[in-house]
Amino acid sequence: MATEVKEGQDIRKLVRTLVQNHGDEKAELIPILHEINRELGYISDEAIKELSKRMNLPSSHIYSVATFYRMLSTEPRGRHVIQFCESAPCHVTGGRLVWQKLQRELGLPKGETSQDNKWTLLTTSCLGLCGVGPVMVIDNDIYGNVTPEQVPGILKNYE
Amino acid sequence: MAYFRSHVLVSVDPVCVQKGAYELIETLQDEIVKQGLVEEVQVLETSRIGDPETEGLDLMVYPEAVHYTKLTLDDVPFLVEEQFLKGRIAEQYIRETKKVVDEELSAPKTKEVRIVLKNIGEIDPLNIEDYIARDGYMALGKVLTEMTPEETIQEVLDSGLRGRGGAGFPTGLKWRFIRNAEAEQKYMICNADEGDPGAFANRRVLEGDPHSVVEGMIIGAYAAGASQGYIYCRAEYPIAVRTMKTAIEQARNFGLLGDNILGSGFSFDLEVRMGAGAFVCGEETALMASIEGLRGEPRPRPPFPAQKGLWEQPSNINNVETYSNVPQIILKGAEWFSSLGYKKSTGTKTFSMAGDVKNTGLIEVPFGITLQEIIYDVGGGIKEDKKFKAVQTGGPMGGCLPENLLDLHMDYEALAEAGSILGSGGLVVMDEDTCMVDIARFFMDFTQDESCGKCTPCRIGTRRILEILTRICEGKGKPDDIDTLRYLCDQINENSLCGLGKGAPNPVKSTLEHFLDEYEAHIYEKRCPAKVCKSLIRFEIIDGLCTGCTLCARNCPVDAISGERRQTHVIDPDICIKCGICEQLCPYDAIEIK
Repeated sequence: MATEVKEGQDIRKLVRTLVQNHGDEKAELIPILHEINRELGYISDEAIKELSKRMNLPSSHIYSVATFYRMLSTEPRGRHVIQFCESAPCHVTGGRLVWQKLQRELGLPKGETSQDNKWTLLTTSCLGLCGVGPVMVIDNDIYGNVTPEQVPGILKNYE
Repeated sequence: MAYFRSHVLVSVDPVCVQKGAYELIETLQDEIVKQGLVEEVQVLETSRIGDPETEGLDLMVYPEAVHYTKLTLDDVPFLVEEQFLKGRIAEQYIRETKKVVDEELSAPKTKEVRIVLKNIGEIDPLNIEDYIARDGYMALGKVLTEMTPEETIQEVLDSGLRGRGGAGFPTGLKWRFIRNAEAEQKYMICNADEGDPGAFANRRVLEGDPHSVVEGMIIGAYAAGASQGYIYCRAEYPIAVRTMKTAIEQARNFGLLGDNILGSGFSFDLEVRMGAGAFVCGEETALMASIEGLRGEPRPRPPFPAQKGLWEQPSNINNVETYSNVPQIILKGAEWFSSLGYKKSTGTKTFSMAGDVKNTGLIEVPFGITLQEIIYDVGGGIKEDKKFKAVQTGGPMGGCLPENLLDLHMDYEALAEAGSILGSGGLVVMDEDTCMVDIARFFMDFTQDESCGKCTPCRIGTRRILEILTRICEGKGKPDDIDTLRYLCDQINENSLCGLGKGAPNPVKSTLEHFLDEYEAHIYEKRCPAKVCKSLIRFEIIDGLCTGCTLCARNCPVDAISGERRQTHVIDPDICIKCGICEQLCPYDAIEIK
């Protein structure tokens, strides 16, 4: 996950490297956006501009793709992104109480980023891990069988 | 093929990863190198082996089948020395542990027949040799050396195999369309965008038996005459993406993918494409748009993908489970496959069972089995022996079927006739405590959110239905709401562009048909019979049962409960947010929902 805001120069360099590695075919757009999202934490205007130049695609197209998919973000996100599974199987195995505890613990409603830029709290579609629900993902770490009591301890891992 | 004296299995399911499974693997590997055992001991990843509730990490050592538990990383050097260098069991690390359970996939129960799931948990998915040792790629060899593409198509046609993604189109026929289409380039696509909440059968196949999918795709490509293939996997399945990439690379190294496969002159290559979180991409035209680097929006059909698909070329799309069946059909024959099943649905189907049923998880049963058998014989019945109310089949686009349809034989046609679909094989079992209006609202909330917005009936229609259902659940339902809902359901179903919109009204339509009395109770009597809808219920403390233990008052998040110690407490209905915490906590069952 991104730990610091990158300078314009770094962003342009990142985009150039990615286009070099993936090639500039239109089909590579989504894989490249995935990587930008992972590196920067979101897809910045700067990155879209550079990508448009390098891939010879209108920035409107890139923006329309980046905003279509749930896992790509055009808004800055916190240093750690929490995704909580909101689908039925997790809901019925006690997910609602975990979700309430998360919101209380972070003082954040769904979709918001904390003032200190540390956390972004999101919900996700089904992760297919219904056997170990409720499930949540922080950055790239998956947590299963989560109980409300475990929430503070899990969050502490990201101090 | 390298032979190892010992195999160490480390569980990498989410709970174990959280406890540091990958660090354990790394430490083990370092230690094995350090003690000069690289040639003799192999570290493998596996699904769950231990009890997730215990502290520390678990590993299994084979062939001894010793289960070490509660390990820390510091234990590793000593353990490796004792177990592998000195060859004796390190007794001090074998600690009391509960029985091993794979919560998603247990041993086959009576009435189960496993074709697609047969290798899962039995082989190492990251090692192609394990798959080959279980007849893997034998079907491919047979097809390439003994069968013409037309014969291959005929065999699959004769087997009666139909698309497991939900639509149930005969697979062989689809391949023949591609075969007969005239084009330079043809594509073979695997739909691994399993987005239905509660469905995870495809994930288990991709993660547990990736080569069965790869082999099925190569056979399909040979039959249909495709030279390039794509596996479109959702980004929510990172482990599946990784496993498939490894499988493809290994197959390529073994000469099973790439140019001139097994010296037959036939060439085919595969690539994994990752989604980015859009449910609608499970729809075939949207999926292809996404592979091309566009917004994953569906487009009208015709032209069908078999005519103009990916990059306007003839393209075949099948689901993970469909491809996974193919090698077995080729090996054991069409007759064997078509002997399983019921009427026009042959073979088996996997179902992901969830909800209020005793045995949740993945099952594979022959078509034609009744819902009754699935829920009671395989599923073990309803939790806490409550009363069955409904089962929702086929994910968010499926319908809710009531008790009088329990004797329904599960196949494509019977489910469609009953107003539901087979879909991805999700089965959500609901007991008597479920409010069917609330369930309809829950599913509509999902589809409304996932509607891509391209066509109006789906974008606006699902929103209108959701508004009405929400209103009904809040006790503000109007007398003509039921008629409006019916009208909207028909309009959305008839006029939407793709399967998402067409199927979206199913949960509402089916609950209106089978559970109309519940809608009427909400609208006319402002009553939720299942006592679920918050606006229509209130919590009360029963005088005489309450001992005044103060547990509820101490845990109420809004301080709505008051009362002296050892005196009956009272809930203030104006403050109560009906969260239900008090009812769950009360040791004397003194809290009643009215």
